[in-house]
Amino acid sequence: MIGITAYGAYLPRARLQKQVIADANAWFDSGLRGLAKGEKAMCNWDEDAITMATEAFADALGRVPGKAPAALLLASTSLPFADRQNSVVVAEAANLDTSNLRTMDITCSQRAATSALLAALDIAAAGRGDAVVVASEHRLTKCASREEMLYGDGAAAVAVGQGELLAELVGSVSQPVDFVDHYRAEGKDYDTGWEERWVRDEGYMKIVPRAVEALLAQTGVAAADIAHFVLPTDQGSVPGAVAKPLGIPHGAVADNLLQSVGITGAAHPLLLLAHRLEQAKPGDLLLVVGFGQGCDALLFRATDRIASWKPARGVEGALAAGVAETNYNKFQSFNNLIDKELGKRAETDKTAFLSAMFRNHSFTNSFIGGKCTKCQTVQVPRAHYCVNPQCGALDSQEPYAMAGQRGKVATWTADRLTFDFNPPAYFGMVAFECGGRLMMDMTEVDPATFDTGAEVSVHFRIKQIDSQRGFRKYFWKAIPKR
Amino acid sequence: MAKGIRDKVVILGAGCSKFGERWDAEPADLMTEAFQECLADAGIEKNQIQAAWQSTGIDAFSVGPGAMPLSIALRLPYIPVTRLENYCASGTEAFRAATYAVASGACDIALAMGFEKLKDTGYGGLPQRSRGVTNDMFYPNLSAPGMFAQLAAGYRAKYKTDKTDLKRAMAHVSVKSHANGAKNPKAHLQRPITEEQAMNAAMIAEPIGLFDCCGVSDGAACAIVTTPEIARSLGKKDLVSVKALQLCASNGEEGGFSNWDGSYVATTRIAAKRAYEEAGIKDPRREVSMTEVHDCFSITELVTMEDLFLSKDGEAVKDVLDGVFDADGEVPCQIDGGLKCFGHPIGASGLRMIYEMYLQLTGRAGARQLADPKIGLTHNLGGFPHQNVVSVAIIGRYDI
Repeated sequence: MIGITAYGAYLPRARLQKQVIADANAWFDSGLRGLAKGEKAMCNWDEDAITMATEAFADALGRVPGKAPAALLLASTSLPFADRQNSVVVAEAANLDTSNLRTMDITCSQRAATSALLAALDIAAAGRGDAVVVASEHRLTKCASREEMLYGDGAAAVAVGQGELLAELVGSVSQPVDFVDHYRAEGKDYDTGWEERWVRDEGYMKIVPRAVEALLAQTGVAAADIAHFVLPTDQGSVPGAVAKPLGIPHGAVADNLLQSVGITGAAHPLLLLAHRLEQAKPGDLLLVVGFGQGCDALLFRATDRIASWKPARGVEGALAAGVAETNYNKFQSFNNLIDKELGKRAETDKTAFLSAMFRNHSFTNSFIGGKCTKCQTVQVPRAHYCVNPQCGALDSQEPYAMAGQRGKVATWTADRLTFDFNPPAYFGMVAFECGGRLMMDMTEVDPATFDTGAEVSVHFRIKQIDSQRGFRKYFWKAIPKR
Repeated sequence: MAKGIRDKVVILGAGCSKFGERWDAEPADLMTEAFQECLADAGIEKNQIQAAWQSTGIDAFSVGPGAMPLSIALRLPYIPVTRLENYCASGTEAFRAATYAVASGACDIALAMGFEKLKDTGYGGLPQRSRGVTNDMFYPNLSAPGMFAQLAAGYRAKYKTDKTDLKRAMAHVSVKSHANGAKNPKAHLQRPITEEQAMNAAMIAEPIGLFDCCGVSDGAACAIVTTPEIARSLGKKDLVSVKALQLCASNGEEGGFSNWDGSYVATTRIAAKRAYEEAGIKDPRREVSMTEVHDCFSITELVTMEDLFLSKDGEAVKDVLDGVFDADGEVPCQIDGGLKCFGHPIGASGLRMIYEMYLQLTGRAGARQLADPKIGLTHNLGGFPHQNVVSVAIIGRYDI
């Protein structure tokens, strides 16, 4: 038996209020007012598909997983690198054992995550071990576009295997068809779509039922028995309209989170699945559809474990952690949608020194420090000589993972002089509970409640963007506990 | 056992350019200005200088690497010239090198020249620059005020100091320095300020506001050193000698090991202890007549008063507000206006401080002259509060 062994999700903390998008743009397109309901999850400037994937992975499996999966598949259409395997960065940031690990980026379709999930299930079925799919999306949208109103940023992770299952796979169907509801060509930043009514009537209403009916026939499951129907779409009425003629109960239709998260593209099927898994009861049937140039449909049945296992924070937790953002300019700036004056301090050359980067990748990607085997002192970065003056042993340190460690702020400031995409720049000395301390960047700081002594955890974020060459560097930042 | 540098070397002459936004001046102009004063003061010819050290902090924004900017600007006669850089202690390092050269007997007369051209960047504050290929991968992208503002967080947490009280003491530090700088024609900033102005100025890096920051200036300062014997043979009286020169560099323990609380600068304490020992000073608060410390930011000066053992731990706020370090206080600090009013042309600052101490000790400080000073202390701090290079120099009357 194969199926889901863990799941998790991540949503950026900021939730852009859709009303502010409409307020800024309705003079041009009054139709936007009709979409201006609720909010959407919005990446901070230092977040992207890679960093969100890392968070979703940790939500499902922890910061430093004990059990190593056999494969990590990353699904997205907004990966930061076209030629540098993004899933490897996620694997290292997730502190995975890479001594025998398959990694793969699966992209170019809104169906990427469900296709990746099918591939992961095959890996599990072949007995190669557990496989983890992380889907993450951070799409750019044009100012005053429908997409700007509807898209949101987010990530989800689903681990599959043969072990103790939360939900077993009942069956699956894939039916590709070159139905182009929208596309994004190579070298283009934005999507180009077609009329919604056509996408609904010729796309969702015909392609999805065909696949679902095939799956139900294959598995012998009655539509009426489906407890959770996940159909990601940016058209609010579509899931219900598809479910009804199929005979799927109305109550089974999953909320697309249009007004709380926005559509997270390739991540959306897994995000919605994670959301429903949080609510599922033992025995529940979950039908997950991925739609894009055809349809993937997967059917799972929740096991008894579903009631007791929970992700670290999950979708509900991530939804609850949101903070309203009402500054539309900030959204445009973070996404580099406007030609903003960043000041002369932003103009320094930010080239990445790849040889040095590689020498330090276990530190910068995985946040591995050192622990002295003589005196047990933890230190970051790891060094030849132990930092403890009473010890000072040479080459005595073994690698020590800092990624899951908590710390306290010893010193800090909010710097308005230095360049930061989101000033003031918070940074300071973090003293870790396990020992070790490091002067670090901080992000997602609430000025009103932050001070020395604040508890922090550490997170993989963008450190610097080299806009000249399109590169971005990552490192770990401290985020205050809330 | 080494006996230290005490009284082995004297200052033969010193010079200092006008500091400020010297839009008109090339580095060579600044150097020449300081050198002319210094050479005239020393009463020697240029070709009597046997070795020279040039301190510049940021080559990329100034004259480039190497020592030729100095040797070419002054047309030094093919003598050994070396460029030194050691963060904000660079100027004092050049002085240390020249002093050690004379003390060793390797040469009779040596020059230390420090300068920096900071105002060719197009923006305020110190230039944005790399901290090294690997460091840039994980160091926060912090500004200088951002580094030192953290002292305030650490200090406040340790002594449970009220935020406003600390800010008021910081303001007093700046008000005092501006009052001193107003009497100094070579200072960049020569206008007095009020406590209210300092308290309410725009925030730069919490809790450091605009008036908690030193200026950013161009400038040059230099000194010529020799032995007491040679100075006397050249007709010098009222000699000012080097009593101590100490340097301390962090080894990463403060920033990497769990005992430093961010409320002080460990290296300053170590360098100060060594300097007092080298100079034979037992009670610094009574024996040190005046100080020029590294007031890059007001909070830095405040904690430095404790780190130099001029204030007891936790009492700097009170001492500052009581006026202990004012011009008419017990141990005047920044009597020339400090970095606050001179700005911090990195390579020049240490030598600018020594220049002022020398003027005071020889009774030539004009409107800001203190009554009968005997011992002056200078202090530089470069880097971060948790990871830095600190220099402490003590100079004083040779006859004591």
